[in-house]
Amino acid sequence: MPALNYVGISVPRKDAVEKVTGGAKFLEDLYIGPMLYARIKKSTVAHGRIKRIDTSKAEKHPGVKAVVTGREFPNKVGLYLIDRTFFAVGKVRYWGEPVAAVAAVSEKSAAEAVELIEVEYEELPAVFDPREALQKEAPLVHEHLETYERVPVFYPTPGTNISNHFKLRKGDTEKGFAEADLILEREYHVPQMQHVTIETHKAAALWSHDGKLTVWSTAQSPSIVRQLLAKSLDLPLGRVRVISNYIGGGFGGKAGATMEGLVIPLAQKCPGYVVRIVFTREEDVQGTFTRQALYARLKTGVRKDGRITALQYEMIWDGGAYTEYGVNIVRAAGYSSTGAYDIPNVKTDSYCVYTNNPVGGPVRGFGMCEMQWGIERQIDEIARELKMDPLQLRLINGMKEGSRTASGQAVAHVAFDQCLQTVAEAIQWGRKEGRYRGKGIAGLVKAPAQPSNAASSAIIRINEDGTVHVLMGATEMGQGMLTAISQIAAEALNIPVEKIEIRVPDTDFSPYEWQSVGSRTTYTCGKAVQMAARDVLEQIYRLASLELGKPAGEMKLDNDTVYWLKDKSKQVPLKKLADSYKKDTGEGVSGPIIGRGSYVPTKMSNLDPETGQGNPGLFYCFGATAAEVEVDPETGTVKILQLAASIDAGQAVNPQLCRVQVHGGTIMGLSTALYEEIQLDRGRVLNPNFTDYKIPTIANTPPISSFILETAEADGPYGLRGIGEQPMISVAPAIANAVADAVGIDPRTFPLTPERVYKAIKEKEAGTHSIPG
Amino acid sequence: MSKNVTINFSVNGERETRVVEADLSLLTFIREQLNLTGTKEGCAVGECGACIVLLDGNPANSCLVLAAELDGKELLTIEGLARNGELDRVQKAFIDHAAFQCGYCTPGMIMSARALLERNPSPTDADIDEALSGNLCRCGAYQEIREAVKSCSRHNGEGRIE
Repeated sequence: MPALNYVGISVPRKDAVEKVTGGAKFLEDLYIGPMLYARIKKSTVAHGRIKRIDTSKAEKHPGVKAVVTGREFPNKVGLYLIDRTFFAVGKVRYWGEPVAAVAAVSEKSAAEAVELIEVEYEELPAVFDPREALQKEAPLVHEHLETYERVPVFYPTPGTNISNHFKLRKGDTEKGFAEADLILEREYHVPQMQHVTIETHKAAALWSHDGKLTVWSTAQSPSIVRQLLAKSLDLPLGRVRVISNYIGGGFGGKAGATMEGLVIPLAQKCPGYVVRIVFTREEDVQGTFTRQALYARLKTGVRKDGRITALQYEMIWDGGAYTEYGVNIVRAAGYSSTGAYDIPNVKTDSYCVYTNNPVGGPVRGFGMCEMQWGIERQIDEIARELKMDPLQLRLINGMKEGSRTASGQAVAHVAFDQCLQTVAEAIQWGRKEGRYRGKGIAGLVKAPAQPSNAASSAIIRINEDGTVHVLMGATEMGQGMLTAISQIAAEALNIPVEKIEIRVPDTDFSPYEWQSVGSRTTYTCGKAVQMAARDVLEQIYRLASLELGKPAGEMKLDNDTVYWLKDKSKQVPLKKLADSYKKDTGEGVSGPIIGRGSYVPTKMSNLDPETGQGNPGLFYCFGATAAEVEVDPETGTVKILQLAASIDAGQAVNPQLCRVQVHGGTIMGLSTALYEEIQLDRGRVLNPNFTDYKIPTIANTPPISSFILETAEADGPYGLRGIGEQPMISVAPAIANAVADAVGIDPRTFPLTPERVYKAIKEKEAGTHSIPG
Repeated sequence: MSKNVTINFSVNGERETRVVEADLSLLTFIREQLNLTGTKEGCAVGECGACIVLLDGNPANSCLVLAAELDGKELLTIEGLARNGELDRVQKAFIDHAAFQCGYCTPGMIMSARALLERNPSPTDADIDEALSGNLCRCGAYQEIREAVKSCSRHNGEGRIE
């Protein structure tokens, strides 16, 4: 590959100065008035028929401009399975579900008015455990599942609580288990967690007098929000405009359409006003996507030499009350169900199950943290049974060039063994350091989970002076999109990054982007930007050819000048070509230079409905985590002594930002390993605040050693692949494996709180250690 | 209706006199009446530190303070750090070390760091961890934040005196 000038360089973030000066505008920082403030009335039961809603007192409250309920606004919304209404209609399915909303002239008036709304419920039998929800006698959360519109790659079972059953059959598991010398079967569990972005979810809507809808949202994906809202409201796409400003953290929680619909009917009732809603922390934790809990059963067959011969994987996911997005997490976990390992015979059943718990949805990793927890724990348990080094067992079974995933897709440009060995070396693998100290390792793999035709597009405008505007539909939520895309544009055009301008998206002006999710946009938007740059260069070289009288194919753009490759002295300033180029006679030749890039993956395919076989991955990104811990047997406290992370980025566009992302993902993984768990009591979140829902501070953050590998992805722009979610995936199992090594307990769930670890140690001493809580 | 209170204070070096409702939070006052939106709200109950400003040089969660308490005090917000277009050294260090991603916690984080460095120009890692443990960063840029603050130390991390 030729040397790169702008990709692979750690330039400062494009948004850096704005973000350190307080100048970066997040949604709530915009004055988009005249404004009304919205608040929601939330259900106080987890499952109940709405017998009566009386909004009359709220409507008369001073300052109130509009009140809306689900009766008036029953509109449905959903990405993959349209099962969700913005407001409860007829019945509520989870605690905290919006049943009504108020718009008023002040926050205070709106808050007072929602208290005046009277709602009477007839409580219905509820179900809070997906395993119980699968039983015949379980109450149905959605009685009319068969009537819901869905993308046809999802398979609900009407008359049950199953909203998607993903099946995968690869090879012959009976034969595989027959070949095994050891068969291990265990259950694993992953609890709900929440993104707790420091900026909560927010949205604002303006219904103009001419019937046009403008929505400001903390959404990760304005194009998809526009599409879903237009469908829900039966509006032409062109009349809906969605703007996403800087987003104060996403991690999947702001993917899809979330709460924008709460303010739209209020805005429709108050044309000309911007109606804004700002979720409180409690509303954010209770009422936005949580990570779906997983109950997993793994059965693995392995030969004495360490080769895994068969895997049977059953996953029961707690989808919560609505699974419009969650059904695809269940699918992605299903088609990836061997994790980073090459297993010839696989039988997987992955079930998305409705309960009356909070709504499940995307969280960094999109099912991979949950699904690979069981894989990575079980490998360590097998290694112990075989008296084999867990690293060695991983190297034997780990995917290599040409290995096939669970869905039968061949993987390429794979350096998983290097990912493992790098982190192992970093923590001096194999050296036992002390009685209560232990080391653990885990691998990871993830492909973007997206429809096979999820597209990206880009427009490049060459300004009259030769500077550049790149227009994209991707969002900036911290991942560094603005910077990475600028660097790719700079590289593709050969114009310095400082001359490239790029902004956060507005669907009226930005070209289409499916979603900023799945660690995909640096790749997919990068592809679109490369295409747009090629289009721009063709136009520039055509004009330069006219100007210099040499063939267009022999031109080269370097910053502000186009020159002839065979004689550099034959050159023309870019600005002469860009400012509506004209002949010396004054006759115009060409208007402004605008390049177009439009990208769609062409190698992905649907999966066979019976076997789950096919090509669901745009690219596969591998990595690994290794940890050394010390456990205090008197208190159960786990102390992280060393933490190392590796990721194969293909090509780091900006090594510094890449490293920050790896550290950030590792810390989020560490946080789930040790602290995070949504505590539920009959569907009600008991810890909807930072006092009770702990995330790490700087003081809980150990130093992390990070290693960026660069095994180029052949089809990726400059060989890159996305790495945003990946670093989180292997952290919890690596830490749990280290704890197991330290004190001989076998964590089957996390977080590894002192209480849980202490109890497991005591149970082990008493000889009753089985599956902790 | 709550009582109104007249307050005299300085904000980012400028003297001001305002009349505020007695129950108005300092955070709301800063954002909605002084129009300084760099200070953020993340929890409204003093748990996350996104709203930290300096009152007479001391860090305060502005969501927990009443605007009325500003009377007679000096308020410094994130907007007050850069002078004549020149960034303050903590701001520069945060950029150099890429000590943020989404940037939502950054103003509060920088204000806490600023307060630390004013009272302790050569903080150790432990000092930094203690001083910034009231600021949550969900993107997890803590390692870079620690390095950024350390680089502002008089000993500049490597024992050099600036």
